[in-house]
Amino acid sequence: MSSARTLESMEAVENRQRSTAPPGSSASGIARGLGWFSVGLGIAELVAPRAIGRIAGARKKDSLIRSYGVREIVAGVGVLATSHSAGWLWARVAGDAVDLASLGAARAARRNAGKKNMLALGSVAGVTALDVWCASRLSRAGAERSRAHAEGSLMVSRSPEECYRFWRNFENLPRFVNHLKSVQSTGDRSSRWTAYGPGGVEVEWDTEIEEDVPNKQIAWRARDGSHIWHSGVVNFENAPGGRGTIVRVQMDYGNTLKVIGLLATPLGKNPNQLIRKQLRRFKQVLETGESITTEGQPAGRRSGATWLDEIAR
Amino acid sequence: MKANCWQGKRKVSVETVPDPKILNSRDAIVKITSTAICGSDLHLYNGFVPTMQRGDILGHEFMGEVMEVGPGVKNLKPGDRVVVPFPIACGSCFFCERQMTSLCENSNPNAWLAEKAWGHSPSGVFGYSHLLGGFAGGQAEYARVPFADVGPLKIENGFRDEQVLFLSDIFPTGYMAAENCNIQPGDTVAVWGCGPVGLFAIASAFLLGAERVIAIDRFPERLRIAREQCGADTLNYEDADVLASLREITGGRGPDCCIDAAGMESHTPGPLYAYDRAKQALMLESDRPFALREAIMACRNGGTVSVPGVYGGFVDKMPMGSLMNRSITIKTGQTHAHRYMKPLLQRIENGDIDPTFIVTHRMALDQAPEAFDMFLNKQDECVKVVLKPQ
Repeated sequence: MSSARTLESMEAVENRQRSTAPPGSSASGIARGLGWFSVGLGIAELVAPRAIGRIAGARKKDSLIRSYGVREIVAGVGVLATSHSAGWLWARVAGDAVDLASLGAARAARRNAGKKNMLALGSVAGVTALDVWCASRLSRAGAERSRAHAEGSLMVSRSPEECYRFWRNFENLPRFVNHLKSVQSTGDRSSRWTAYGPGGVEVEWDTEIEEDVPNKQIAWRARDGSHIWHSGVVNFENAPGGRGTIVRVQMDYGNTLKVIGLLATPLGKNPNQLIRKQLRRFKQVLETGESITTEGQPAGRRSGATWLDEIAR
Repeated sequence: MKANCWQGKRKVSVETVPDPKILNSRDAIVKITSTAICGSDLHLYNGFVPTMQRGDILGHEFMGEVMEVGPGVKNLKPGDRVVVPFPIACGSCFFCERQMTSLCENSNPNAWLAEKAWGHSPSGVFGYSHLLGGFAGGQAEYARVPFADVGPLKIENGFRDEQVLFLSDIFPTGYMAAENCNIQPGDTVAVWGCGPVGLFAIASAFLLGAERVIAIDRFPERLRIAREQCGADTLNYEDADVLASLREITGGRGPDCCIDAAGMESHTPGPLYAYDRAKQALMLESDRPFALREAIMACRNGGTVSVPGVYGGFVDKMPMGSLMNRSITIKTGQTHAHRYMKPLLQRIENGDIDPTFIVTHRMALDQAPEAFDMFLNKQDECVKVVLKPQ
């Protein structure tokens, strides 16, 4: 009976996660279009630099235009080969900037560059806007796709009520989540989290409880507009034979700066292992009152705990 | 304070290190009055246990006087005399509630490492690699004892240190090995290895009603102690064919119980030793299981093989066919020392056993490097060394 319930709740958790699938699929279609455009323009610049020069209002610059052609082809092939990622599109944006600068320079050099130059400038500016939109959209999608997902479970010799009560007070989280410096309650369902980020930089965000089923489940999510993209859900399930509670957790971390997962994975730890270690500390705190350490013990070297302990904890 | 530190393969040194402090609320600081070198310390010394780090303080058999307790310790006070069990156990997890304290779920902060190596993690242990928690050990002047409200056994009746020191590990270990055999009246028990654990296993087998114990080793002085102090019959495996002799002694049936008190660095005469030693050196197997193989082959149909000897990783050529086809039970485990300390203290009080019979050397803590070397090479008929920090 309880295993059926588990499956049900796991499914619910998965559905929640699926509904937050990353955006960006339309952007990758446009990216492919931009890729072909890039290749086409590049070939034209290579084989007919003079004609292109006339259109742009920039005469006698054949070799420069040919080199722009090579650049266009390289960027275009890059975009086509990796149309799901933003990298080559950002390269295109940089190329657009060079084009705009060149056209601007041509205009400045020749007072009567004329309507053609104006038209070319306008076209390139339009393409640039499309490139920027597409690249930034794909960047966001990429950031969310490469977020860290972690899950784990552990049996705790305490009742679901006790486990739920301890977890529900988010201010307890730093007692077993190592990379959290503090959590401050800011309302019944909201809290402010402070974490140690990469290089010791502190990162703060606000968290909202999305679902709260007493003694069974808590789901939370970082508020929109936070630096960090984070959500989590914990289930408390009666273990058979009065053996306590099976605590199951899933967490996702990411952020818009593409230092993805660094928060979830300090020192490059595997997120699932990290969750397991956190759960183990949760168990220690509930069963014994605190989590055991060797930090600060004596040894015949500089510190009592070593790099090996650092990895293991 | 002074402490004996692991420095690499076959190298230990006594260093001056900071005094230990209370780190968790259920800690105690113990001023050590006696501490021993365990046969299992030789596995560390020889570099066979992974995750040792230069500077680790060794030692898991110690006793002394409580100097300080954390706010969570209510049953001890400064001045109490205690023996400390070698596994660290919280007293309240699934396994502690079932008195399987060497499997405590909350005392190994490096459980993740042990899970990688062994699937699941046992408890933390003093001074026994980072796989088992990386805790500073007790071959020192002072030690920090976590979960001090659960582990340490108070000694209140004026026994000398040596009479009760071995409650920390080897007496319970030998006893659990014998208990795991489920000895029945009339049983013959064979014990491979007459080091301290083997000797306590022999003595315990008799305490638990064995009819006859056959002790197997190659060092005459150890066989002599087994014979004279414990009442065992002895076999020197360098002179005799062990399997044939055991068959002969037991009327062809084989011993009812076989105890492997040798473990991962066991020895055998002849080419098989060279074969396994070479594989071990090439990391093709981590442990040499001669005693274990022989114990399985020797054991009678439906009998029990009990393994107190320490293993770390993988063994080759396990006679699974013999084990399976002949309904043999294997029982093993790090000792749940907490479970045995009080009843065995009672045994000592009753005069059933005097554990001091195994002590051959008493030395100062400063002499730990010489003591390790002597114990490893069995020089001067060394069986057990007790170190005195003060």
